[in-house]
Amino acid sequence: MSADITLRKGLAIPLEGDANQTITLSKSTNIFTLYPDDFHGVVPKMIVKEGEPVSLGQPVFFSKKFPEIQFVSPVSGTLSKIIRGAKRRILAIEFESDGKDKSVQHNVAALDELSADEVKSHILLSGCWPFIKQRPYDIVANPNTTPKAIFISGFNTAPLAADVAFVLGNQQKDFQYGIHVLAKLAPKVHLSVAADDTSFLSSVNGVEIHRVKGIHPAGNVGVQIHHIDPVNAGETVWVVCPEDVASIGRFFSTGAFDPSRTVAVVGPVVHQPSYFKTRIGAAVSPLLEAAGVKAATQVRIINGDVLSGVATHADGSLGFYNNTLSVLAEGNRYRMFGWLPFVGSKIFSMSRTSLSWLLPKRKYALDTNMNGEERALVVTGEMEQVFPMDIYPMQLLKECMVQNIEKMEGLGIYEVAPEDFALVDYASTSKIEAQAIIREALDVMIKEVG
Amino acid sequence: MKLRERIDALKKPFGKGQKWERFAPAVNAFDTFLFVPNHTTHKGAHIRDGVDLKRTMVTVIIALLPAFIYGVYNTGYQYFIQSGIAFTFWDALLHGALKIMPMVVVSYGVGLAIEFAFAVYRGHEVNEGYLVTGLLVPMIMPVDIPLWMVGLSVAFAVLIAKEAFGGTGMNILNPALTARAFAFFAYPTYMSGNKVWVSEASNVDGISGETILGSLAAGNDVSYSMFDMFVGAIPGSIAETSTLWVLVGAAILILTGVGSWRIMIGGVLGAAATAFLFNLWGANALMSFDWISHLVVGGFAFGIVFMATDPVSAAQTTKGKWIYGILVGIFCILIRVFNPAYPEGVMLAILLMNVFAPTIDHYVVEGNIKRRKKRLNASLTPAS
Repeated sequence: MSADITLRKGLAIPLEGDANQTITLSKSTNIFTLYPDDFHGVVPKMIVKEGEPVSLGQPVFFSKKFPEIQFVSPVSGTLSKIIRGAKRRILAIEFESDGKDKSVQHNVAALDELSADEVKSHILLSGCWPFIKQRPYDIVANPNTTPKAIFISGFNTAPLAADVAFVLGNQQKDFQYGIHVLAKLAPKVHLSVAADDTSFLSSVNGVEIHRVKGIHPAGNVGVQIHHIDPVNAGETVWVVCPEDVASIGRFFSTGAFDPSRTVAVVGPVVHQPSYFKTRIGAAVSPLLEAAGVKAATQVRIINGDVLSGVATHADGSLGFYNNTLSVLAEGNRYRMFGWLPFVGSKIFSMSRTSLSWLLPKRKYALDTNMNGEERALVVTGEMEQVFPMDIYPMQLLKECMVQNIEKMEGLGIYEVAPEDFALVDYASTSKIEAQAIIREALDVMIKEVG
Repeated sequence: MKLRERIDALKKPFGKGQKWERFAPAVNAFDTFLFVPNHTTHKGAHIRDGVDLKRTMVTVIIALLPAFIYGVYNTGYQYFIQSGIAFTFWDALLHGALKIMPMVVVSYGVGLAIEFAFAVYRGHEVNEGYLVTGLLVPMIMPVDIPLWMVGLSVAFAVLIAKEAFGGTGMNILNPALTARAFAFFAYPTYMSGNKVWVSEASNVDGISGETILGSLAAGNDVSYSMFDMFVGAIPGSIAETSTLWVLVGAAILILTGVGSWRIMIGGVLGAAATAFLFNLWGANALMSFDWISHLVVGGFAFGIVFMATDPVSAAQTTKGKWIYGILVGIFCILIRVFNPAYPEGVMLAILLMNVFAPTIDHYVVEGNIKRRKKRLNASLTPAS
């Protein structure tokens, strides 16, 4: 089928360790964790105290700024530990599951009879609200605004990221129902699918379907928004991940919060990369054990994809949003004369300074080495090469560094999220931290513009 | 890894909180040339591309080498031919090397000393940009320039054109061209005329080391064949004479993606079109000088391939690169034709456009901002 949007810029990083399309039910430990940092900008206010019993779907904390946004327990059992950092900031909330999954039941009327406000309050009470994020700023959506549209990206292009259609395999009904729910909240719902998509996603009702052709970051919802209906100053759009759409749909048909997740465990050091059925906040160690991590190396475990995910550790847990768990070898090793161009075809480079470009089919076992040190910005054009938007990435980054708000607005800060700059991080010859710069700039905008 | 352990031991006094911590950048500069460091990603993307500034700059040096080696040979060749001494290929190469290597040493020595000092003073790592500048400077100087002049030019370029603006990545002007311009304007009697372009020309009578553009400007005919001009067996600055070997370098830069093909193509188009128009006009010798020859003689090819494409001093936006390249080409020919005092236009054309590159980018970026504003206004006024 033809594409509505064709993106020519971007980069497909040929990384080893893509997941086989098999799903295994994962064993799990009885410890589950929520990380408030997954919800950027949310200052958590605890409702449940340490040691108190909780049910699945019971609110355990809320957002200080928007008290109606509640965050619920992924299991029934006890809230066993609140782990705090400096200034008593809450880093993690641990639950001990009793294995019974006794869940909070909500009475939800038929969807047709619900007004938009009723739908909204149901989602808020259910614990599903954090699934809805907003642009600008890439934060949990402000429930007091009405977005001009809701966007769902129906495909992932990040390296090794979980396959959306496969993850949604037997949740088609829930997904469709979730779409109907979201349609109540915004005048329009957009669903982007890959140009060659043949899955059920292409025939979902109640959405405007866009066929997008291109390599990463074509699957990033921010890139799609930019080409479909860009965010202007003062406007808001909401975005929801496809599996979360299904979770919202399931809540409206069952009345209970469903924390289940299908997670792809992937990466060059994973023996059998494949999918596992588990739930939000589950410990990662059983997943890694089941998939098998090649031992004898120090590894980096990442909640999310290798470009925009968050590092965790062997004792850590899955994040709230991710259905990809990536594992890489740590690259804390020296390479003698490693900077010599045209030597060592095992170095993958977007520029043709490595002979890797002569082997287009080869996959690489990349690790976390920086491959160089931070330098002044010298090379131009490489950011544009991986940035398929009508935005000047380097100019925007520079204005972000000096926090020139007017220029940031003019250059499109409202249209970007850190993940859109993930490939800029990757490609930068000067090894700049573009995602961190954008995140910081967005926080400045929240403070100054709101 | 024995060597590694030894280096780590040597570096100990330069570590954090140690006695010589301030001088760490100087030591790191050497260490990172031996080993790509073991640094891992700590925020942002967890994997990074294999390219870094060292790799990029070394690629540029590789692209420069064919022209450089030919330049060394040509220095000897011009000397022996003009003084009528029989010679072999190796004689020419040796003569050239003896003339040029001291210049390279002085250029790197002075430039890197200043770069290291500023890195230590400012507390940042030594940037690799000077590796290219340091080789470019001797390549674009006349062969008979005294070494102290090379050193002074380099010091001026690095201090005034680069560090005064904040160092690598911040400079407006291309440092190597600034060094060349400094030498030219500070010692005009020395740098112009026809005595400096051939090795030993000022010491040996009977050598006439006129450049082609110089003789054209003086109203004389060109005595070299097109083939000689293309291969580069002509007098001129050390390594800019050979269009052939410059093109090999251009191929390396474009193929690796390190040099901007937009600037190069834009420059060639701009120069060719302007020269062609002057051909039609044909009021003086330089105007009627064939447009193809204009592209081949003098420093045009070298300048557009290696100097105009310096990413820091060139335009940085994609559209800006086209505009910048084309304007460099146009101005190069304009200066050649209308400025008899200085027949080689490419240096001044590039420096001029270096100054205007931020303005070009400004208007390109402003166009983007205006588009966004227009879109916003359209969304505020509902369609009737």
